[in-house]
Amino acid sequence: MIKAAGKFLFLALLAIFLAAPLVVVAGVSFNGTQRMNFPPQNVSLVWYRAFFSDPAWMSAFSLSLIVAALASLAAGSIALPVAYAIWKHRSRMALFLEFVARISFLLPSIVLSIVFLVFWSWLGHVGRIEDTILSHAVVFVTLPLATIGLGFRSVDWALVEAARTMGAREGDVLRTVVRPIVMPYVISGLVFVFILSLNEYIIAYMVAGFEVETLPIKVFNNLRMGFQPTMCVGAVLFMALGVFAFSAVALIGDLPKLLGGNRAQ
Amino acid sequence: MQHAARLRLALLLSWPTLTLLGLVAIPALLLIRISIAPRDPSGMWSPGFTLHAYRALMEPELLGALLDSVEMAVVVAAISLGLGFPLTYLITRMRRGQQVVWLVFLLTTLSLSDVLIAFSWQVMLSKRIGLSNVFVALGLMDAPASLTPSSGAVIACLVYLVLPFTVLTLFPVLSRLKTDVIEAARTLGASPLRAFTSVVVPLTRGPAMIAFLMAAILTVGAYVPPLVLGRPQHWPMAVLIGSTALAGHDLPRASAMSIFLLGATILLAILTARVARGRRRA
Repeated sequence: MIKAAGKFLFLALLAIFLAAPLVVVAGVSFNGTQRMNFPPQNVSLVWYRAFFSDPAWMSAFSLSLIVAALASLAAGSIALPVAYAIWKHRSRMALFLEFVARISFLLPSIVLSIVFLVFWSWLGHVGRIEDTILSHAVVFVTLPLATIGLGFRSVDWALVEAARTMGAREGDVLRTVVRPIVMPYVISGLVFVFILSLNEYIIAYMVAGFEVETLPIKVFNNLRMGFQPTMCVGAVLFMALGVFAFSAVALIGDLPKLLGGNRAQ
Repeated sequence: MQHAARLRLALLLSWPTLTLLGLVAIPALLLIRISIAPRDPSGMWSPGFTLHAYRALMEPELLGALLDSVEMAVVVAAISLGLGFPLTYLITRMRRGQQVVWLVFLLTTLSLSDVLIAFSWQVMLSKRIGLSNVFVALGLMDAPASLTPSSGAVIACLVYLVLPFTVLTLFPVLSRLKTDVIEAARTLGASPLRAFTSVVVPLTRGPAMIAFLMAAILTVGAYVPPLVLGRPQHWPMAVLIGSTALAGHDLPRASAMSIFLLGATILLAILTARVARGRRRA
């Protein structure tokens, strides 16, 4: 009894710790006045209207969406061949590339941002949107690599053999047996990159922060000028996108399994 | 492998090789090159060779910042592991539906921009509507006050940022951990603490170490939280690197500082691995 109560208290306290900043910011975004109030006073959607009718906020928001979408596609185009080559051929080159991808994810982000800043300056190709996209793609590519690898490994070889015995050629096997099994893993990998790229700040800022002002960069720039309720709207929007995206992943796939879980009971 | 098959594989891997080597390996080498180049007033670097940037690393201010970075990393990683380990264990024992809710919740906070989280904490700790008002209501404080800037605020925000990563790193091993092993130890007369140290710890030491290191690396690399919530005299290396590159326009120096920080991180990783291994022998 005491044990159960302790367990519950621990979980509740952590849930409060994790939820509190989000709840407070969401609450503030519904204020009717310019001032920061919590709980909100004169509840209204005025700041949401302000956000969506302000071209500067809207351009930052849509720019973030474009960068994130293209970064996730680019990451997928890198991860899929590597994961396939590892699964099909145990290719050493592919294993090495997987290692490089993992290292780039593990470097401290401030160091990575300097690496990219130096690199794009060296190329003389500064302040372009593709710099941000490609930088995000290679930093986050390890995530779809992991999920797609998991997908390929969950393909039962007996199934592939059976298809071959029945006369299916390699292409047919890939299209009819492998693709349907791997597809949810590809999509979840892309969702991870999309959401992380959407929210990434320091690399995007160093690489092209003045020209390609994504939403986190705009929020940060405004932060230094003082409080504005529209910033809270941006935060709420991104939270909602995150909840939506990961719930979708949980719906189309097996989220606990995707994260490496395997209930041993 | 046949010639044609090999060719097809090479073709298949050409784009990943180009992007990963071109955008990660080459830039990393470039960083080392730039760190020993003379500074160019235009904000770039000029050809040539100098150790000026490295000599500047020995300034007490920078060494202090490096120590601050490492100390913060260890504190944040320890707190995150201390909270994350039991949390992950409890999540893995939940019903599936509950498990998914917690995982979606954690993934959402994990993916939220550090800018948005630092901003949220700033609002939460503000004088006007912040936590201090709760403390006043509870009788712990006399009057509401702003709780930022302070080291406590930075650490709270960083733990918040890092905790989901800790949970996700520990999730695979803990969800595979069979409860019967622990129960067996208990049946054989082990106290809960002893069952934990002699059964659970050896089985999870590796992933726990990785979770600790991951938390430390994320903390060392964090730029926004200390900048927004911390005191300027305690700005860690990450903030100084950022301002050297952006405000100081000194890329050679920023590169050298990055390499310095990376070196300290690797040293911390080696030390952590040694501590984890040392305990096994004891």
